[in-house]
Amino acid sequence: FSSFHTKGKDTIIFVTKEDHAAPSSAELVEEDPNDPYEERGLILPSGEINWNCPCLGGMASGPCGTAFKDAFSCFHYSKEEVKGSECMDQFRSMQECMQRFPELYPQEDDKVQQEKSETHEASQSSETAEMSGTDSAPAEDSNTTQCVVHGFLLPVS
Amino acid sequence: MLKCRTVWKKLAPLARSSSTVCRQNVRRAVLNNGRTPAQVPAAHMSTGPAGGGRENQLYALLVGAACLGGGIYAYRTVKGDQRRYEERLSEIASRPHRAAPQETLSEPEPLAAEAAETEAVPAPEPEPQAEPSPEEPSPPAPEAEVVAPSETTEIPPEPTAEAAETPSAESPEPQPEVVAESGGDVAPVASKIPSHARYLLIGGGTASFAAARSIRARDPGARVLIVTDEPDLPYMRPPLSKELWFSDDPSVTETLRFKQWNGKERSIYFQPPSFYINPEELNSAENGGVAVLTGKKVVHMDVRGNKVKLDDDTEIAYDKCLIATGGVPRNLQVIERAGEEVMSKTTLFRKIEDFKLLDKVSRNIKSVTIIGGGFLGSELACALGRRSAESDLEVIQMFPEKGNMGKVLPEYLSNWTTEKVKKEGVKIISEALVKSVVAKDDKLEILLKDGRLVKTDHIVAAVGLEPNVDLAKSAGLEVDSDFGGYRVNAELQARSNIWVAGDAACFYDIRLGRRRVEHHDHAVVSGRLAGENMTGASKPYWHQSMFWSDLGPDVGYEAIGIVDSSLPTVGVFAKATAKDTPKAATEKSGTGIRSESETEDTAVSPVASSTPAPPTVGHKDDYGKGVIFYLRDKVVVGIILWNVFNRMPIARKIIKDGEEHADLNEVAKLFNIHED
Repeated sequence: FSSFHTKGKDTIIFVTKEDHAAPSSAELVEEDPNDPYEERGLILPSGEINWNCPCLGGMASGPCGTAFKDAFSCFHYSKEEVKGSECMDQFRSMQECMQRFPELYPQEDDKVQQEKSETHEASQSSETAEMSGTDSAPAEDSNTTQCVVHGFLLPVS
Repeated sequence: MLKCRTVWKKLAPLARSSSTVCRQNVRRAVLNNGRTPAQVPAAHMSTGPAGGGRENQLYALLVGAACLGGGIYAYRTVKGDQRRYEERLSEIASRPHRAAPQETLSEPEPLAAEAAETEAVPAPEPEPQAEPSPEEPSPPAPEAEVVAPSETTEIPPEPTAEAAETPSAESPEPQPEVVAESGGDVAPVASKIPSHARYLLIGGGTASFAAARSIRARDPGARVLIVTDEPDLPYMRPPLSKELWFSDDPSVTETLRFKQWNGKERSIYFQPPSFYINPEELNSAENGGVAVLTGKKVVHMDVRGNKVKLDDDTEIAYDKCLIATGGVPRNLQVIERAGEEVMSKTTLFRKIEDFKLLDKVSRNIKSVTIIGGGFLGSELACALGRRSAESDLEVIQMFPEKGNMGKVLPEYLSNWTTEKVKKEGVKIISEALVKSVVAKDDKLEILLKDGRLVKTDHIVAAVGLEPNVDLAKSAGLEVDSDFGGYRVNAELQARSNIWVAGDAACFYDIRLGRRRVEHHDHAVVSGRLAGENMTGASKPYWHQSMFWSDLGPDVGYEAIGIVDSSLPTVGVFAKATAKDTPKAATEKSGTGIRSESETEDTAVSPVASSTPAPPTVGHKDDYGKGVIFYLRDKVVVGIILWNVFNRMPIARKIIKDGEEHADLNEVAKLFNIHED
């Protein structure tokens, strides 16, 4: 070490990069994938959608929450060749709902597209993020919908 | 009406006498029949009408008519009463279901319309008047009530909940409501509060909003009612002592929008007003929603009856209730006792209005003193200190500890931090115990116990938070004597159907033991958990919340777990480069506020080293960046990431494991502190 000393009950260690070059010998407990207490991602182990996933932001809880849930559920359980192709009605009503709340769900345009590519990273994180961090929640929400749902093209225009 | 009265008065004696005669006749007839037919008197009764048959007939006719009239009258009264009663009931029942437009449309009209009504009614409708008239002897208020419904009964549109009615037809409808309430001297607004809410959240802060969102996500169409005594919709507190002060916008106190370091702007409000629905629409909205009732305080809780009472005596019944009442800033006793003038120059900082006031005051004074050396005090000192660079505002911070964050950081780090705070333009007075405060010559004089005297224009007291447990008594809820707040279990439940989250919750943390946490992320995590448990989950507090603080652009840290300076600590440091500042961290991750990237992430593997780091100079006293472990019985219970960012998942994992590690330097390697 560069230095190691104690000040009463407190220990202070200074380390160089070389000191930390070797891999750590500290052991971490193995994660249990079925731990019921753990925070879950978007899809629960049972295959159901976790509507409370922070990654969804406020999409499932806002005024258009029901419409969103209907549309997304339909897509998720869709067994069609083109996944979600039978869900156009639900998506349409969701879109109509969102148009009634432009403040919460701003309509997409090129400018918003650019912003969204910037916030891509941000959207992957938490509800706390949404609640303490990113800009207008809707930009994150609609962006989240795009990237969280793999390969799924939400026809929001 | 007077006419009726006189008529009645005239008729009364006649009716009475005739009815008495009737009764007597009937009684005699009955008695006579009861006795024996043998006793049928040959002669007429003495009271019977003597004289000729014509007189008899006339008399009989008169008596008969009187009886008949009396009977008809009695029948009509009873029927009318019944009808009025039923109408009133149905009208009360339909009241909560009335669509807002109906009410708002009709409310401006009631008085005018009512006046028009009472004038219009007497002429075309003498009938209803006959009905109310005997009610006169009874108190005037019910009479007013009676009059209105009787009027409405004559008017074709019935009071129903259906929306499709024209305003003119509507205006008579709400009258009974308005009249009844004006009879009780209650403003029409009282009718806007729903009498029942499936999910009732007391308190409109971060924990409450997080719970509302969680409930809505899990229970489709959930109806959530938030009741708050603040005038504002739910908002986040951290920017009030940080970002809002760094804004270039002169109208920031109005807009409450702030620019995050990456340039993106947002409001402190979690959601704009269009997200919420009106309280009166809550129970009729098709897909439910979140309604916020502002400016109302819950003063009494009836746990057995599952209902609460507000400060205006309205009662709201609930199915599930969350108490997220947060707390109230503490004050120093010496200031409270110091009198009106001192109190008027003291700010207890917590809410939006406190921020607005302090912002305004700080522009007009020469000197401000912050009492308190914890998170809030230090952040405000740095924020105001930054301002003092542009103005000639003197910023003083005083506290009993030896250095800033003395109760959180180990002494060496606290001292180092204090030096950094001084560089932000703050005059630090440490080891300061306030003895008295007096107002003198338009200034405040703070006398310390060691004799030092500090003269200032305004005081900001940041000496802690008193958790709000006002409802404990009426609700019969337990209050924790060690930490304060409502005592709840690991699932945040106080009693059946009652949960507590946020600053006011003293909960059982499975890993770290019973505690009460006053941080933003904890409010979010616990609010969310409470919402989950209110909708049927039974999850304990497991995901550890974190917190963060920035003291100027060069010092920022994130922490998790129990971070108490009285615990033994092990700090592992490297030298900080220009890249290791809070500003750089947010720019890199593209996130607005650091906590975004840290709060919910889970660790997968240690962060791998890739690029060579700049050489460490290794000055003993330069704690540029590193990680500090707080130990309790050799187990790591708290971790501070000092100027090291985006590593929270690893820290969270270490705390969750709760293992004894022989060599903490090895654990520190997991954080790769030399790397960006």
